[in-house]
Amino acid sequence: MSDSSHRPKSARRIVAALFITCGIGVLLDFLFLSESFDKHALFEWENWPGFYAVYGFVACVLLVLVSKYVLRPLVMRDEDYYDE
Amino acid sequence: MMSNPLPPQFIILLGGLLIPFLKGKARLVYMLALPAFAFFNYLSLEEGIYWTSSFMNFELVFGRVDKISLIFINVFIIVTAIAVIYNSHVKERLEHFSGFLYAGSAMGVILAGDLITFFVFWELLTVGAAFLILVRKSATSMGAALRYLLVHVLGGLILLAGIILHINETGSAAFTAIGLDSVASYLIFFGFGVNCAWPILHSWLSDSYPESTVGGIVFMATFTTKAAIYALMRGFPGEPSLIWIGVGMATFPIFYAVIENDLRRVLAYSLINQVGFMVVGIGIGTGLSMNGSAAHVYSDILFKGLLFMSVGAVMHQTGGKAKATELGGLFRCMPFTGVCCIIGAASISAFPLFSGFVSKSIIMTAAAEGHHAIVWLALLFASAGVFHHAGIKIPFFVFFSHDSGIRVKEAPMNMRIAMGITAVACIAIGIFPNQTIYPLLPFDAPAYHPYTFAHIMAQSLLLLFSALAFTLLLTGGIYPAEIRSVNIDSDWFYRKGGKWAYILFDRTLNSLNAVAHKLLIAGTVSKLCQIAKEGPAYILTALLTPIWELSGTPPDQREKLRENLNENIQNGVFPIGITACLSVVLLGILFFF
Repeated sequence: MSDSSHRPKSARRIVAALFITCGIGVLLDFLFLSESFDKHALFEWENWPGFYAVYGFVACVLLVLVSKYVLRPLVMRDEDYYDE
Repeated sequence: MMSNPLPPQFIILLGGLLIPFLKGKARLVYMLALPAFAFFNYLSLEEGIYWTSSFMNFELVFGRVDKISLIFINVFIIVTAIAVIYNSHVKERLEHFSGFLYAGSAMGVILAGDLITFFVFWELLTVGAAFLILVRKSATSMGAALRYLLVHVLGGLILLAGIILHINETGSAAFTAIGLDSVASYLIFFGFGVNCAWPILHSWLSDSYPESTVGGIVFMATFTTKAAIYALMRGFPGEPSLIWIGVGMATFPIFYAVIENDLRRVLAYSLINQVGFMVVGIGIGTGLSMNGSAAHVYSDILFKGLLFMSVGAVMHQTGGKAKATELGGLFRCMPFTGVCCIIGAASISAFPLFSGFVSKSIIMTAAAEGHHAIVWLALLFASAGVFHHAGIKIPFFVFFSHDSGIRVKEAPMNMRIAMGITAVACIAIGIFPNQTIYPLLPFDAPAYHPYTFAHIMAQSLLLLFSALAFTLLLTGGIYPAEIRSVNIDSDWFYRKGGKWAYILFDRTLNSLNAVAHKLLIAGTVSKLCQIAKEGPAYILTALLTPIWELSGTPPDQREKLRENLNENIQNGVFPIGITACLSVVLLGILFFF
């Protein structure tokens, strides 16, 4: 939608905080949990460092792209579609 | 047994009958006293079978009290009390009464120990819910209520057919594990599925819930689907097909939720998504997974109720606005509601310290322990997706995003109290699961510990990067813009499809009718009349013409005679002489033969 320069300072701060937290999260995942730490993993891929981060990100991007470019053209109609 | 004279469902149902006769403060006090009384009643319940009677050689059980029914009754009574507070500003008596009818019948479903009692309460549920949509009194809600009834009456009839066949086969009406092994069981399974909003059968939910009243939806989000979860838990625990049905429910609706503009409809889709997790838990069928489903029922009722209440409060204050295109920037006007909405959003997204974290993860762990790898990955996708469409989208488009210019007051006190209690409950469950919902879990399973470092890290990373994806897609302009629109769903088949069926039948049946009319009514019948009317005259004229010719009557007189004859025959008028003469001839014929 509108580009980020029009957003208020607080919004930009929140976005910056989000970036930093994401970075710290991945760092922690790599540093402490990769080999030496028992993750109680039930699947092998849970031990891959950064698995949850990548999966969450990819899942959401896929979700939005499929919704926008596949589902919406198929199902979207005018608001009074059922009233006609 | 005698220590507890009245089952909780009757306290709510029979007590509810008096609501229309009360007004103002007295009504509010009375409506709060009913769930309070029911809760004390619940606390005094001990496991066992109570309140039985017999009907046509079948034992009716109105009170099967065990751990499964107790956890459902507990949360149903609590949410009834919350909804009463939230709705206390409403003057419409029918709305309050319908809410109690709905809540009472849901408790009746839970406590029913036999299929006959179960079915009666199951149908009452539908009536209560339909009223809650009808009382909004708009043209769209009227249509939605009728469609709601249509779908549920059909589902109810299929269930009834299944129950009758099942009783016929087994000779018992007891409601125990049924298992998919006969036509009867498939019918029952399908009947449960309609109320559970399985894929393709789900559209009644996303169609009707956003048309209900602001407060009615709190009841609706709670009872119908959760009663269906209870029914599946009793009737079909460990049925493998439920795993995939649940995966479909958890994943498919979130795509719709992303592009939906009406925020209550977004929540309706995410309701299906959450119920999907519970269905997977029942399908896996281990003690742990079923406990996960029960725990998630409890926390979902509260956080979904909280989300519906906060969006409802915004609707109430803005004069009915619930679309993302109409809202935005309301946090400054309604900070309390905004905070409650965020707490609900954090809970549904399963943030650590919020209720979803301690309930949904039980189902995930159970799926992993059962080595259901694809199911687990699909549920993880749904977990990330739910944060995306409900956790971020709802609070963001209502309270932040662009400023809609709307300036309203904070929600009324009663709404704030109801939302506040629910928000505290969501956090309390999230932080103290062992003191709140875990002791209520009904099935035998090893103790579950949600707060391991690995689990907190995993869930936090999943959610953080979902949020990152949202932020990048939004600032990059890729996130689908909110558009005033409707998205067609499987309700299309009976909304548009119904119209087309109407046109089809109109064309074929009415043209058949026209042809039949032309041939039979207008053609054959009038021909028959004509023959009956003119036939005798024609025959007589044909007979008489040669006589006139022979007797030498002039042509102009002959014409006159013929007209006279015609007229006389058509009117049935003959000179008495001729009649008498013909009578004698007839008598003669009768005499000689």
